[in-house]
Amino acid sequence: MSDNQIDSYKRRFLGQSAAIAGAATLGGGLVLTSVARARPADQAASSANRWGLLIDTSKCASDCDECVKACEMEHGWGRGSTDEQHSRPEQKAQWMRKVTVRDRATGHETSLPMMCQHCAYPPCVDVCPTGASMKRDDGIVLVDKHRCIGCRYCMMACPYKARSFIHEDLHDQKTESPRGKGTVESCNLCVNRVDRGENPACADACPEKAILFGDLKDANSDIARRLASEPSTEIRGDLRLDLGVRYQNI
Amino acid sequence: MKPTTFREISGNSTGYWALLGLLGLIIAAGLGAAWYMEHNGHWVTGMNNQIVWGMPHVFAVFLIVAASGALNVASMASVFGRTALKPLSRLSGLLAIALLAGGLMVLVLDLGHPDRLIMAMMNLNFMSIFAWNIILYNGFFVIVAVYLWTMMEKRANRYTKTAGMFAFIWRLVLTTGTGSIFGFLVARQAYDAAIMAPMFIALSFSFGLAIFMLVLFASYRWGGRPLGDYMIIRMQRLLGLFVVAALFFVVVYHLTNLYAAEHRDVEHFMLDGNNVYSGLFWVGYILLGSLVPMAIAWLSPFRASIGWITTAAVLVVAGGMAMIYVIIIGGQAYPLQLFPGKDVSSSFFDGVVNPYSPTLAETLLGIGGIGITLAIVVVGIRLLKFLPLSLEDARVDPHYKADEA
Amino acid sequence: MKRYGYPFLLLLALLLTAGTPALAGAPLPDIPEAIKGEQCVEDTEFMRRNHMELLEHQRDDTVRRGIRTKKHSLKNCFTCHVVMGDDGKAITVSDPRHFCRECHDYAAVKVDCWQCHVSTPEPKGDKL
Repeated sequence: MSDNQIDSYKRRFLGQSAAIAGAATLGGGLVLTSVARARPADQAASSANRWGLLIDTSKCASDCDECVKACEMEHGWGRGSTDEQHSRPEQKAQWMRKVTVRDRATGHETSLPMMCQHCAYPPCVDVCPTGASMKRDDGIVLVDKHRCIGCRYCMMACPYKARSFIHEDLHDQKTESPRGKGTVESCNLCVNRVDRGENPACADACPEKAILFGDLKDANSDIARRLASEPSTEIRGDLRLDLGVRYQNI
Repeated sequence: MKPTTFREISGNSTGYWALLGLLGLIIAAGLGAAWYMEHNGHWVTGMNNQIVWGMPHVFAVFLIVAASGALNVASMASVFGRTALKPLSRLSGLLAIALLAGGLMVLVLDLGHPDRLIMAMMNLNFMSIFAWNIILYNGFFVIVAVYLWTMMEKRANRYTKTAGMFAFIWRLVLTTGTGSIFGFLVARQAYDAAIMAPMFIALSFSFGLAIFMLVLFASYRWGGRPLGDYMIIRMQRLLGLFVVAALFFVVVYHLTNLYAAEHRDVEHFMLDGNNVYSGLFWVGYILLGSLVPMAIAWLSPFRASIGWITTAAVLVVAGGMAMIYVIIIGGQAYPLQLFPGKDVSSSFFDGVVNPYSPTLAETLLGIGGIGITLAIVVVGIRLLKFLPLSLEDARVDPHYKADEA
Repeated sequence: MKRYGYPFLLLLALLLTAGTPALAGAPLPDIPEAIKGEQCVEDTEFMRRNHMELLEHQRDDTVRRGIRTKKHSLKNCFTCHVVMGDDGKAITVSDPRHFCRECHDYAAVKVDCWQCHVSTPEPKGDKL
């Protein structure tokens, strides 16, 4: 029996058991969400979903960067890779970073993780001449590196400085996160994990559970319910880009 | 006024071959630099993830903007009826094509993956100004080539005006596209302004004419062909006019930004900062690139003085490069406003002014673009009839009277 | 890039399958055996001619649409088509004995897959 067959049996079995579990706890809602997330491998991402994050900065310690570290390990950049030895610090890729925001008038400081905000109207997608910078139907913004010519116009257009250009040959990539010289890359909301029905690495790594991942279009999801009942903000909301990543307590 | 006779330059002198050899070396250095950058990756350049566009883009944008401007001399003759400029139309078209080719070469060779360019053209995203520009630039080559053909082929002369009109409209759209590369960027404080498109058009007039004058003066001097005061003075006055027009848009752009509180910080950075950009703007663009050339264009001691007028054209080119440097590099050096009115800091250089020091490689690539441009002109005027045998007053001045000379 | 390569690979496939006696002396690529399984995801002849089409189709489906079927994925190639080096570890594409390089070097078809993609099977326990 080949690996494929095993895999498809495994998937079918999981799907059935999840459906049974779902039926058993109907009304619970939460389990239904996870069924929706366990998308079969042969099914395309759908505009019925919109993946997003809700980040509670009040839980985010200024000296903690577990989410960033998890991203580095998952996608093989920074501390997660032996590459980029030639690149200067300002040339090295950073998919995610901790930003400290300080109010000039009051001196109050907030610490928060910053990455691609997965805009519904992403400027990087508008400006890309080849369609390499793209938004999937489920709202995830990413770079199709097969089409990227390395013009860096998306980096000029992004208001969040979410994108990095690769300045040298790479050798130490992760199987699930291909990246290489002469192309632009950024947070892809761990599209590889999301397609398996898992959370992005940063959300799982946060010791304070400050990062909540979910489907913004599913009214029963945790994230949608919290967004409906609690205040949250978009960074540079004035640009009206309709972000998939929202913050609390900034 | 007698009909103009166009003739190829003989191009057999040692000087001609020395010039061509020099340009060959410059091009080779530029291509070598591009290979070095592609082979190693962009870590060998001064560009990084904060200053993502650097020296190659300064040269490329300058050349592309100048390309559309260089066509103005031809447009004025065939579209706006300035028949006195007609003998210069052919050179104007050739220079426009050459400048665009030089600029595009630099732009393309700086890409992370120039090898994928053809594939990229098959997947154009029409929301992108860049994608539009790919069409506008390619179209410009074709349209100007046809325009030149209508000028140089007697039987096609009657279409010159139509072709000229079409080329003129196309070039306005083209420069609008180039300016909009920056004008449409909402993310950055220094850009995101509709006036950038007309400002680029006005800048193109002065850059293009300045380069045109330098090429014209050099080819007549080195080619030993007569160039009368009439043509020189026309160029001189026209340059003054174009410099003022460009300055007008630059002033309005900054005044508008200064008026809005949200843009005051970036304006202070650009105009009043203790940095290279403020210096390049005031000394480079305003003083040397605008005020001095304006003085030379209009004050009587400089009238018809080819030495001073050449100086003015050189200053307009240098000031123009300074201006484009301030727009492109300065606009990126100023930090993004993630949280307007608040201070931000991070491991990714948020909230700090980003330094940029170009390396030799990326500068050589840019200069290589100028080499390509000049080489196309130098070879072009030897192969085809681009230049009039004489531009002396008796031939070009409609009011010329023998006794005045 | 691969477009240029198509005629070469076609020729290569013909050479390999026809086994014309006249060409018996010509050097042929030494294609490494798959480490497991009897049969590739498609017919061997089909794969020799069309693997690039399958991969390109799969890559667009996966990156742009999120379809992650395993059958024609690049990752799946390396579950079988892997060559072990002297140290017992899978060799990367930097080694000329790599499965992809045997034919690609022979046909002088340069691909840039490996600028970004890993050319070895996914190591066990790589995931967090």
